[in-house]
Amino acid sequence: MKKIYISMAVALLSACAYAGGYRVALQGQKQLAMGHAGVAVINSAESVFFNPGGISFLEKKVTISAGVSPVISNIHLQNSQYGWVEKADNPVATPFNVYAAVKVNDWMSAGIAVYTPYGSGVEYPKDWEGSHLVNNIELQAIYIQPTLSFKINDKLSIGGGPILAIGSVNFNRNIDRAITDADGNRSNVSIEDSGVTAWGYSVGLAFRATDDLTLGFSYKSEMKMKAKDGKAEFRNLPSTYPLNTDNTTFNATLPLPAELAVGAAYTINEKWMVAFDYNRVYWNAYEALDVTFSNGQESHNPRNYKNSSVYRFGLQYIASERFTIRGGYYYDESPVQAGYFAPETPRNDSNNFTGGLSFNVSERFAIDAAFLYIHFDEIDATYDHYQENGKNVPFGGTYKNNAFVPSLGVSYAF
Amino acid sequence: MKYNISFLILSGLALVACEPEFDKSVDDAGFYSSGEADFSNYVAVGNSLTAGYADNALYLQGQENSYPNMMAKQFSHVGGGDFVQPLVADNNGGLLAGGTKIAEPRMILVFEGATPAPGTLDSEPTTDITNHIEGPVNNMGVPGAKIYHLVAEGYGDIAGVGSTANPYFVRFASSSETSVIADAAAQDPSFFTLWIGNNDILSFATSGGVGEDRTGDTDPTGYGENDITDPNVFAAVYNQLLTALTANGAKGAVANIPDVTSIPYFTTVPYAPVPLGEAEAAQLNAGYAEYNEGVMLLASLGMLSEEEAQRRQIVFQAGQNPVVIVDEYLTQLTNPLSGEAIPNFRQSTPSDLIVLTASSFIGTTVGDDPLQINGVSVPLDDKWVLTPEEQELVSNAQTQYNATIKALAEQYELAFVDTQAMIQQVANGGIPYDGGMLTNAYATGKAFSLDGVHPTAKGYAMVANAFIDAINDKYKSTIPKVNPGAYPDVLVK
Repeated sequence: MKKIYISMAVALLSACAYAGGYRVALQGQKQLAMGHAGVAVINSAESVFFNPGGISFLEKKVTISAGVSPVISNIHLQNSQYGWVEKADNPVATPFNVYAAVKVNDWMSAGIAVYTPYGSGVEYPKDWEGSHLVNNIELQAIYIQPTLSFKINDKLSIGGGPILAIGSVNFNRNIDRAITDADGNRSNVSIEDSGVTAWGYSVGLAFRATDDLTLGFSYKSEMKMKAKDGKAEFRNLPSTYPLNTDNTTFNATLPLPAELAVGAAYTINEKWMVAFDYNRVYWNAYEALDVTFSNGQESHNPRNYKNSSVYRFGLQYIASERFTIRGGYYYDESPVQAGYFAPETPRNDSNNFTGGLSFNVSERFAIDAAFLYIHFDEIDATYDHYQENGKNVPFGGTYKNNAFVPSLGVSYAF
Repeated sequence: MKYNISFLILSGLALVACEPEFDKSVDDAGFYSSGEADFSNYVAVGNSLTAGYADNALYLQGQENSYPNMMAKQFSHVGGGDFVQPLVADNNGGLLAGGTKIAEPRMILVFEGATPAPGTLDSEPTTDITNHIEGPVNNMGVPGAKIYHLVAEGYGDIAGVGSTANPYFVRFASSSETSVIADAAAQDPSFFTLWIGNNDILSFATSGGVGEDRTGDTDPTGYGENDITDPNVFAAVYNQLLTALTANGAKGAVANIPDVTSIPYFTTVPYAPVPLGEAEAAQLNAGYAEYNEGVMLLASLGMLSEEEAQRRQIVFQAGQNPVVIVDEYLTQLTNPLSGEAIPNFRQSTPSDLIVLTASSFIGTTVGDDPLQINGVSVPLDDKWVLTPEEQELVSNAQTQYNATIKALAEQYELAFVDTQAMIQQVANGGIPYDGGMLTNAYATGKAFSLDGVHPTAKGYAMVANAFIDAINDKYKSTIPKVNPGAYPDVLVK
């Protein structure tokens, strides 16, 4: 036992762990500890997210899980051509998850999930070298997903439900690289909107191939978050500048891409279980971030994301009645293509290391802890599609990023 | 539970250890090389260009974006120390002396509708020269200084402001007796830059050549403010400056003098700025008929050449017309019958350079008399135009100054910055930066501030890069350049 803890901690220390796009895969403490693999792991209410088809296979009548996962992320960027280095001072984001599943009868279960699969919080020093692209950004989307699951037979179960997404955005950047007010303060614009809603759905299927092997499939549809008449505030513009900026509003659309998961979980023996997931995220929906202002101004920001894959692997060891220990790894491909590496989501491919444990306080109540370390290799990258006088002006340098996510939750079942 | 606690502690440790580190950080010693130079104590000596003067004033943002300050930031990667500037009190620009305004605030672009025009910031200066800055300061750029001022003792004496002293030097001079070069040398610089001599021709040029060419007069104490400095005086003082700056083995960079004809102050107002209709032209021609005939008559009497008489013919037509100017280099004529002096009028040609400030003067009327239009029915004084003869005086002196600077740079083994070639390129096509092209087009070219003489911050970044290139080349250093596109240009009200 002790050995395992120590080796986990050592792995943590030596690797000093970090996650593409603005997807935040932190939807459950048990599965996060297993590399966030779980489409075929059906043992808690976390399945309402991971595979809505699987919850009618849950044994307990009622299962509830809830947790938070504070994200501590670091972005360092340096440019050796001009000799500068900057660090983003990112606010700690707090994705959360609440799941419940109830056995209605022998062949049907109902569930509800509230979770935050997309978000971003990046804050650079004001007026920094890349301030014409972003000073700060805060994005959040909360998904609310009621779910029904039906056991077709002992081997096959299906399910699904609608998703209501509620999003908010707060984004500030300078108008360009030069313009200031009469006193030399950089002109900037903030856009802010909250309570933006969109509808989508989630479906899943679980197949118990054998007593030991479960296969899973799930799919969440794309949702387009359309901010309409959000608040746009222009600051420090020259007072004689021929542009009306009073009571300006904006419209913009941000896609929350569809995600496919397939996977398998194999119970080796009473103590050990392994799980593999493959995720495909349909990021090609994110072509550009276009903002249209009510005063006629337009901001066109090509993103040109590509679809990306995530390969997940997790391991679970039931050490005792009290303790279950988990570990995992996943490789997360970045959806960002060369030349589109924008500082608001500077994500390259990442190696992700996870671990965690559950402590069963009682037969019904457990505490679930997990950690995630996201390691990005150092990368030389630029965003080339910012324009000045009709000319692309690349911005970038060498990025070195990481993130650390401790995650804590509770689960209750009876 | 014991295990849980140790797990939490170890997790905590991991958290602390989680700041990412670059394989090679630009902040690491050795990432860039100082080569053979020592940048630990950099002192910049010069005039307004070194001070960061722009938009006809010295103001905070201009100082922040002075080329020496940009360079000092880059020098910090190669062992450079603090770089202290004699910061003014505000972003307005302008000066007070004991509460009395002695210099105007900066210029700013003002939109009236969709059309921008230069104006003066309507804020009052708050920088009073009686507030003395305890030095030493690394940026010893003194706006208005000519070369011989740098060695002039008492140039920072507040009692001499308005005559022998300079209000900008008063602010940070170590004593009322000292000179700029004495204060610079006293700092024992390990590295210096020297860009001086611009005003020795520029004030003559910007005043439209109203001063005198002092070539041959080696006593600068008798020079007027708009005079051209004698090239021998220039050479002697330049040598004296370098002797003082290199006394302790300092290395450095010197820059030559750009062509005054490259800057927007002289290239913005066209030689033919006057739009006229047919009737107006005929009326004006009638008004000048007597002058035209008189000059031709005197030419036939042999009192001036036929060619000059042709040059002095004043003829307007429908469309864009040249202005009428007073040219002191024309033959002084008198009416042989009455003995009255005949004025030295001619019309401007593409060879004349009309100064920027004339743009708001040409076309105005004298005493609200619609018939007395400046530049048309009322000829422009000497001060509005730099004639070809005056341009030649300027370029003769400049050529000799630049030969001196080049030769002394070699003699003292210093980095040499060819700002003349650089500004020529700005004027002939432009210098590219990542967001466009820096040209000498007034306000829109982004290289020159609204005074038409001093660079914008983007322009100063281009200057800093020229210095850095020359320094890297000379001393085998690898100092990173600055990005002109990241700096502001013309400020808008």
